[in-house]
Amino acid sequence: MTTFVIFVYLIIVLGIGMLSHRMFRGTGEDYFVASRSIGPFLLLMSLFGTNMTAFAILGASGEAYHTGIGVFGLMASSSALVIPLVFYFVGTRLWSLGKKYGYLTQVQFFRDRWRSDGVGLALFAVLIALVIPYLLIGVMGGGITLNQITDGQIPTWIGGLLVCVIVFIYVTYSGARGTAWVNTFQTLVFMTLGGVAFAVIVNKYGGLASALEQVREVRPNLLIFGENIKPLKLLTFMCIPLSAGMFPHIFMHWLTAKNARSFRYPVIFYPVCIAVVWIPSVLLGMMGVLDFPDLQGPAANSVLVQMVARHAPGFLGGLLGAGVFAAIMSSLDSQSLSIGTMFTQDIVRHYGFHDKMSESQQVLFGRLFVTAILALTFFLSLITQRSIFKLAVWSFSGYAALFPVILAALFWKRSTKWGAAASILSVVLLWIYFFRIGWENPEYTVGGVGMMPVAIMLGVSALAMVVGSLLSRPPEQSVINRFFAT
Amino acid sequence: MDKKATRTLLYIALFVLFLLHNDFWLWEDASLIFGLPAGLAYHAIYCLVAAGLMALLVNLAWPEHLDVSDDGGAEL
Repeated sequence: MTTFVIFVYLIIVLGIGMLSHRMFRGTGEDYFVASRSIGPFLLLMSLFGTNMTAFAILGASGEAYHTGIGVFGLMASSSALVIPLVFYFVGTRLWSLGKKYGYLTQVQFFRDRWRSDGVGLALFAVLIALVIPYLLIGVMGGGITLNQITDGQIPTWIGGLLVCVIVFIYVTYSGARGTAWVNTFQTLVFMTLGGVAFAVIVNKYGGLASALEQVREVRPNLLIFGENIKPLKLLTFMCIPLSAGMFPHIFMHWLTAKNARSFRYPVIFYPVCIAVVWIPSVLLGMMGVLDFPDLQGPAANSVLVQMVARHAPGFLGGLLGAGVFAAIMSSLDSQSLSIGTMFTQDIVRHYGFHDKMSESQQVLFGRLFVTAILALTFFLSLITQRSIFKLAVWSFSGYAALFPVILAALFWKRSTKWGAAASILSVVLLWIYFFRIGWENPEYTVGGVGMMPVAIMLGVSALAMVVGSLLSRPPEQSVINRFFAT
Repeated sequence: MDKKATRTLLYIALFVLFLLHNDFWLWEDASLIFGLPAGLAYHAIYCLVAAGLMALLVNLAWPEHLDVSDDGGAEL
């Protein structure tokens, strides 16, 4: 029954993707950014769905299993403040410039802003490198979910393949509009089913108060921040959500907006969506210690799926499995489409066709690249260790540390390509340095006092941007007029 | 109050909200508030306050100049 329900869900997803194709206009702009036609509600749902990855859904409960309520303060409420502000200050402005000058990718904007192919190419390489673990986490998360929810009947690789095939069909067929429509449906599904899962499972424990009392008896430290979270860690973790300002898939969704006013819903309601999804995830993760008290390390990432399989088997289990699939696919589709767009526009169109490429050629290359990316991701998922999940926070850290680049591009007239280059270089070097330490010791913080490495990376990146810009020749007035006219 | 002063006040409120994220006074509080552990209830309310502040930002300090290329029409 569980498998049947999940398959029915996947067919509905495909149906929505196919339906959206009826509005396809056959142009590159329509395929890559839905002809900039998406209204506020679809924009809110697609942005939120894209940002809620397998890491957020499965990782949140897994982290809460180990550290308790503190994970909500670390990852959720920090995002509730920072991400809407990124939409407000950065997203709206990038949308405006994108509409004015026809940008389809971040690299096109940065290349134009600083009149530099080199900066564009460097950013292309860094942005792609950072998104790879993110893609892998989605595919592997899908496989693990289906495997566990069917009690091992369906091998992990089949779940991963299924996720890739479904995403491949609707993304290659319907492009950004299909992605936005499907994301909206999937976001509503995982928000609703998350609530259902929470109600059903909590009911099994005799209600929320009873469940929390049982947790208190077994692991009282899960109900407080306590020793689990250092104050400095809570403070510096606020830097991580700045990553939303540099994610290629978020940028792509920004460009799909019909107008700047479309950002109003995402800015206002994003914090509410965060609370709706994360509170049940965190509480369920904590309650996991009652049924599965001995999960070690990353094994806790599966606690939510195991609880669903134990407390809500059959039809409901299938629905809840579909909810997890929804969270996974609503990120994977946007990520694969945005990377396909970048390869098509930033490499093939710019270097191969010298920016002269027909609409049908753009769509064709976009589809080919999405196919190649999903195929490659699937094959990599077969040979990659599950410890890849640890990479997620490093992926976020890298994007967050690049935030000064976009901030300077939008708000600092004096910034130059040399400042941007220095900033990117500092991020690459520090990322490698901290990653080597953090990979061996996942609990690593700078100086052991709770400071997240991203805070250092962000500070140095900002400093490099300022120093590099001030030491180089100011940008030409024509460039300033182009980007700071209003 | 003119728009610039409103915007400044809202930015100050955002900074205060940023500071309030660090709820060190609830660090060891294991009591329940609204049926949730105190720290979790605080951060849940924090999300709602953030949404309220964002609503003010959108309604009182929206960057209108960015809407210049708006083509209007029905929205979903």
